[in-house]
Amino acid sequence: MNHIRVGRWISGGALVLLAGVYVRALAFTPIERSQGLAQKIFYVHVPAAWATMLAMGLVGIASILFLLVKDDRFDRFAESSAEVGTAFSLVMLTTGPMWGKPIWGTWWTWDARLTLTLFLFFLFIGYLLLRSAVTDAGLRARYSAVLGICGLVLLPFIHLSVYFFRTLHPQPIVLKPSAPSLPGPMLVTLLCSVTVFTLLYVGFVMQRYGIAVVRDESEPRHG
Amino acid sequence: MLRAEGLRHAFGRIRALDDISFALAAGETLTILGPNGAGKTTLLRVLAGLIHPQGGRVALEGGRRAVGWIGHAAHLYGHLTVRENILFWAALYDVPGGARAARTDAVLARVGLADRTGQPVRTLSRGLLQRTAIARALVHDPRVLLLDEPFTGLDLAAAAEFRRLLHELAAGGRAMVLATHNVEEGAELATHVAFQRAGRFVAFTSRAGRGAPEIADAYRRAMADA
Amino acid sequence: MREMLLHAWLVLRKDLVLEWRARTAFLSTLVFTVLVLLVFNFGRDPTAIGPLDLAPSVLWVTFTFAAMLALNRAFQLELENQALDGLLLAPVSRHSIYLGKLGANLAFVVVVQAIALPLFALFFNVDVGRVLGPLVAVMLLATVGFVAVGTLFSVMVIRTRFAELLLPVLLLPFLIPPLIWAVMTTAKLFAGRPLSEVVGWLRLLAAYDIIFVALATVLFPVTVSE
Repeated sequence: MNHIRVGRWISGGALVLLAGVYVRALAFTPIERSQGLAQKIFYVHVPAAWATMLAMGLVGIASILFLLVKDDRFDRFAESSAEVGTAFSLVMLTTGPMWGKPIWGTWWTWDARLTLTLFLFFLFIGYLLLRSAVTDAGLRARYSAVLGICGLVLLPFIHLSVYFFRTLHPQPIVLKPSAPSLPGPMLVTLLCSVTVFTLLYVGFVMQRYGIAVVRDESEPRHG
Repeated sequence: MLRAEGLRHAFGRIRALDDISFALAAGETLTILGPNGAGKTTLLRVLAGLIHPQGGRVALEGGRRAVGWIGHAAHLYGHLTVRENILFWAALYDVPGGARAARTDAVLARVGLADRTGQPVRTLSRGLLQRTAIARALVHDPRVLLLDEPFTGLDLAAAAEFRRLLHELAAGGRAMVLATHNVEEGAELATHVAFQRAGRFVAFTSRAGRGAPEIADAYRRAMADA
Repeated sequence: MREMLLHAWLVLRKDLVLEWRARTAFLSTLVFTVLVLLVFNFGRDPTAIGPLDLAPSVLWVTFTFAAMLALNRAFQLELENQALDGLLLAPVSRHSIYLGKLGANLAFVVVVQAIALPLFALFFNVDVGRVLGPLVAVMLLATVGFVAVGTLFSVMVIRTRFAELLLPVLLLPFLIPPLIWAVMTTAKLFAGRPLSEVVGWLRLLAAYDIIFVALATVLFPVTVSE
């Protein structure tokens, strides 16, 4: 129960902060010269992408830990992280085309990072489908840990393979070896938004984890 | 030969094994009596190494190679013949190549399948399938036998013949664990008897010359008390 | 290590004998593969798109479907009489069971491909002979990757509901990287480009194979042991 309550507070706080970030993004951050207002969507899109990657990475790490120590808590965490990750990847997949249409002139393009996120989404869906298809709790935990680890290993390969298709996507602008090329105020807004999305991720996962705890307590696992 | 120390295993909150310990020497047979769901099969699967117990340990002289297993399922391939199946399992159990054919034919003759060796397993009746499963379990001359309701599917004559075979094997110095809910069947072979209920051995005694009716009586009382 | 490979070989040989005895699965996969080639041929406007433009994609989409179908039945053989439990009871490392299964699936898919390739050359009027060596190399490299992941996943889905539907959903994202590299390499080969242009992709395919065969070998025991 506790997880749910704390998670609810964190999520609530993050949503308020998100509104704040958007006020800042719309009113106090300069409009990007070549892209105009459409660029504002970037303050949702990029942090959502970050949260999706974070979720997938943590599903993989929790899966490894589960197989090492066989503690149900890691399995529950992986389950929660995968569900929350699915939601963030949907945000990313809807905001991407909304931005792409005015800027690229097309809703969808087989650009490298767009394709990567699409496959992230499908990996999450596959993971959740596998979980729902296995009725035995012990089997479910082990199977989904195996899939989680394979997914984590697959990511760099998908990245490598889609990279060969000529990419339209803007090059990474924050995390690159040279100094960030985003103007100061935009960068600050983006970093605020990334922080808020991370908080949202933490809040959602805590609530989902709490629900999983309640479920496991009310329905004993059968062997 | 076979020792279990403090075995514990649970499926979620259902305790299948709760602090089970025993030791068996060569020539001894432990019969585990218990109702369905008492954890008998789980115990055998732990002893065979199919399940890693959450607590406790199993010491088995000779490892998995020394174990012969007869369970609910036959573990045979329908599209292979009786002989091909036994040869395959003999190879997996590292029976030396030169001795494989002779061992296979001998064990098939022992279970009364000498005239069925070329028949595909999928065409066998339930009783013949069970006999093939027995041959499968014995082909590598195991020192320890784990038997989970092994008489299922055998007619009276075949069951009697199989009991005779088990007596012979015990006299030859094998240790056996036999799980069953049929008291008469289990009591006959036992040197030791355990009553299992909800994962626990509620009683574990040497048989000490008691007859089947006495054991059946004790079993009913133990189940009623618990 | 020698023992592990020997046991893997025993499992592999047993699977191939079973496939041969029950040829239905193999023949169905083969007929399906040829039908997919036919469907592709009629699924294009011959006046607008030349056969060669589409050929690499057709070849690989067909092979992907064929592999999926083959993998769906990979562990079906082991369900009958719970033969898989028999394998797990035997003194055989779980890794050898995986490697044996991988080998058998690989043989199955490669034979289907070997029969489908000449038909593909015929239907799409592609001069395959000219680039046969490198093309076979790409086919083998990509197929090892497909089957390595597929064998691991097929043992997981086999006991779930909707196994035939779940396997493609789980597997397809994993097939995308080798599929992309294989299609690009094949296109270059058919276009008569020099080998040096495709070496990079062949390396990536090999890296994918090594990593996923190793990962699946390590993870397989988790899927079968409790």
